[in-house]
Amino acid sequence: MSLLPAASAKWEVSFTVNGHAKKVLAHPMERLLDVLRNDLGLTGTKEGCGEGECGSCSVLLEGMLVNSCLVPVAQADGTSIVTIEGMAAHALMKLLQESFLECGGAQCGICTPGMILAAVHLLEKKPQPALTDIREGLAGNLCRCTGYMQIFEAVAKAARQRVAQ
Amino acid sequence: MTVHHIVGAAVPRKEGWDKVTGAARYVDDMILPGMLHGATVRSTVARGKIKKIKFGAGIAWNEYVVVSAKDIPGKNCIALILDDQPCLAAETVNHAEEPILLLAHTDRHKLRKAVEVISIEYEALPSVHTLDESEQRSAIIWGTDNTFKSFLVEKGDVDALWKEAAHIVEGEYFTGAQEQLYIENNGMIAAFDPENGVTVWGSLQCPYYVHKALMALFALPEEKVRVVQMETGGAFGGKEEYPSMIAGHAALLAMKSGRPVKMIYDRMEDMAATTKRHPSRTRHRTAVSKDGKILGGEIEFVIDGGAYATLSSVVLSRGTIHAGGPYYWPSVRIRTKAVATNTPPHGAFRGFGAPQSLFAMERQMDRIAQVVGISPVEIRRRNFLKPGQSTTTQQVIREKMDLDRLLSRALELSDYAVKKKRFAVENKPGPRKKGIGIASFLHGAGFTGSGERYLNSLVGVDINAEGNVRVLVSSAEFGQGTNTVLCQIAAEALGLPYENVSIAQPDTTVVPNSGPTVASRTAMIVGKLVQSAAKGIQETLTRTKLLRDEYTSEEFRAACKEYIAAHGALKSYARYEAPPDVFWDDEKYRGEAYAAFAWAVYVAEVTVDLTTYSVTVDDFVALQEVGKVLHPVLAEGQVMGGVAQAIGFALYEKVVWQNGRMSNNQMTNYIMPTSMDLPPIRVFFEELGNVHGAHGAKGIGELPMDGPAPAIINAVEDATGVRFSSIPLLPEDLFEALRPESGEQFVSASVRGTA
Repeated sequence: MSLLPAASAKWEVSFTVNGHAKKVLAHPMERLLDVLRNDLGLTGTKEGCGEGECGSCSVLLEGMLVNSCLVPVAQADGTSIVTIEGMAAHALMKLLQESFLECGGAQCGICTPGMILAAVHLLEKKPQPALTDIREGLAGNLCRCTGYMQIFEAVAKAARQRVAQ
Repeated sequence: MTVHHIVGAAVPRKEGWDKVTGAARYVDDMILPGMLHGATVRSTVARGKIKKIKFGAGIAWNEYVVVSAKDIPGKNCIALILDDQPCLAAETVNHAEEPILLLAHTDRHKLRKAVEVISIEYEALPSVHTLDESEQRSAIIWGTDNTFKSFLVEKGDVDALWKEAAHIVEGEYFTGAQEQLYIENNGMIAAFDPENGVTVWGSLQCPYYVHKALMALFALPEEKVRVVQMETGGAFGGKEEYPSMIAGHAALLAMKSGRPVKMIYDRMEDMAATTKRHPSRTRHRTAVSKDGKILGGEIEFVIDGGAYATLSSVVLSRGTIHAGGPYYWPSVRIRTKAVATNTPPHGAFRGFGAPQSLFAMERQMDRIAQVVGISPVEIRRRNFLKPGQSTTTQQVIREKMDLDRLLSRALELSDYAVKKKRFAVENKPGPRKKGIGIASFLHGAGFTGSGERYLNSLVGVDINAEGNVRVLVSSAEFGQGTNTVLCQIAAEALGLPYENVSIAQPDTTVVPNSGPTVASRTAMIVGKLVQSAAKGIQETLTRTKLLRDEYTSEEFRAACKEYIAAHGALKSYARYEAPPDVFWDDEKYRGEAYAAFAWAVYVAEVTVDLTTYSVTVDDFVALQEVGKVLHPVLAEGQVMGGVAQAIGFALYEKVVWQNGRMSNNQMTNYIMPTSMDLPPIRVFFEELGNVHGAHGAKGIGELPMDGPAPAIINAVEDATGVRFSSIPLLPEDLFEALRPESGEQFVSASVRGTA
């Protein structure tokens, strides 16, 4: 205990964000979401509920899909994090972005970055998902605009196109 | 000119790329130099006098900016209709969560701690929390009788018909509050300087509503208030009126601190403090002939407006006009009122009163069918409005419409007849009961009655020397597709590629007042004005001989270049003109309520599981006639999203009230549908054409909120035989009604056959 800095003091946290090594000085319990948005200016990660229900703040941490509002930044020390901004070069990304646009998968857009990250995560595990896989894969990401149908269609379409490539 | 088919085509969403890359800028993504964060100190009691405010120990209060009602330079109200809602409570509070003080600090964590240690002492005053309590006037909390507004619609002689009726069918129906639950919480940033006045950037639907409210609050002329809409992460009506409040708060803090102030609600604050759908109670008493024709009836519709008048009168108006559904009433008396309770004011939410009164109407229709002894399909067929007949407000239907045909097609698409029979046979054994239900309904597009005339909307279109066209409207994009559809209309009008047309960010220093982005009015009313304004550009360029009647986009570009070189700029404006044949009497509530109605028939198929008491919607068919479909993917998306939200309204979303305060103000315990909860939503359109909107488009945004709840509850009754009359219908409600010892008493109801 005594070896750790006081909880109220700032810690230096090092991690890799979108392929770049980053160091930030933050309270250990600061939410990863706030560090990404405020300290690193990565505002593509959104806050919807602040309690891990809506998935708008989804990021990939060590390849896992996590709600960054539930991750204390201290826990992210030494990890590799990918946000929507870091996905630009990802092979799946363009397919998903285009299919989201074409199929109507993005309306107000606030859930979209998280939704697309969840879709990437799903398609990496299951390249040819059935509709039930898509429903389950996106179950942690809430969308209030679309009723999800056009999102399902967008994910299915991107998967088909990738297989065809 | 080449033939363009931009309208009706699935062009890419204008701001779509920014949204799928995470680059779109919402208010919380914006940072201004020296910016403080703002927070609100709110009432913890439902009604009382503020006796003492204590600033607790352990906080360096000199670091904080504190604003109270005394700091307001203008009128302490949120200017809207009646101006009865204070911006900050000064002496009394009328609902829990009412704003009393504002704090600002550079550090959001310190801000939160400070809010926690401010304690306010109240002298409690008697409060009312339900419709019934308000009507019984156990305490008078607003005006002289707790009534914000009442309407009376009368057609024919209702009193004379009860004797000749073969059946008199009575029913009482309830709908609960519903949270809009846009995924982006409400938020604003404000800046103030003595010279330029107030500027706010925010998540909002109606830039000129905020503009009007800030002018009153700060006693500033219109040129000293600037409102800019940022990308808005969902609204559904929930960012119609409340953003004026948050803008006022952020701006007051900015004025006092001399620094920009950001005020972003977190989810709990947003859910507890901002508006929700009005809870309602509807009573029907319908006189019906032996063969199932409605002879007439009485409808009483009451909504709970919360503590201040805000938009309740307008919500009530729409609920009133839609209360009779898409049916022909030879005579009817509709009495309605909006009453006050000590809860945060209820407000705009997709459908705006219509989902409430139509839920009652569509449940009542199924009830009438049972009493008469005919099917839910047949009762509707026998009573559908037809062209040439008049609505409850005596509006003669002059547009093309054919509800019979819509119904037949919806039944076919849902395989209704086969399923209905099959379920009746297969349901007998086992705990899983299947049912199928229908709802037929209408939704008026645009403001009610004389509303569009008062709005007097103005729309602009301008060009630059590169031949790029820009649409200038205060109509906001918040997911529905405003940007895309209005650009399509302008491109089509000018015969230009869609890519050559853009839309200005709504900023009151740049765009004229094209009215609020509400009431399913944007595509129809504003779209038509965009079309006229775009045509105005073309006319100017042809009149000045810079452009021939037929031209390529290259020639258009050359003409623009030449015109701009000679004149500097070209802007074309179009102002709303009421159709000449529209008559509306505000006193008698009679006449042409809406320039056009959208019509729909929805069919829901459900499974009720008597082990878990859950209802699952297995299939959903949504068939509508909305005039011309301007963009097939966006239109389908509007309907799917509306149906999903309405499934939540029917089966999942329950606001739990404790002394006028929402106690489940979190996404963990207020449940909206996830990707696992929704059936396939199958969307179909009929296009019959309509004269009023651009290319014959009518409103679409709100319609899909109206029909799903009654269709689903009708299906639940079909499955269980139990007459549910209240939504949301959660498993615990089903359990109460369906467990053996309570079943029978629930089925008996206030229905009297007088055959």
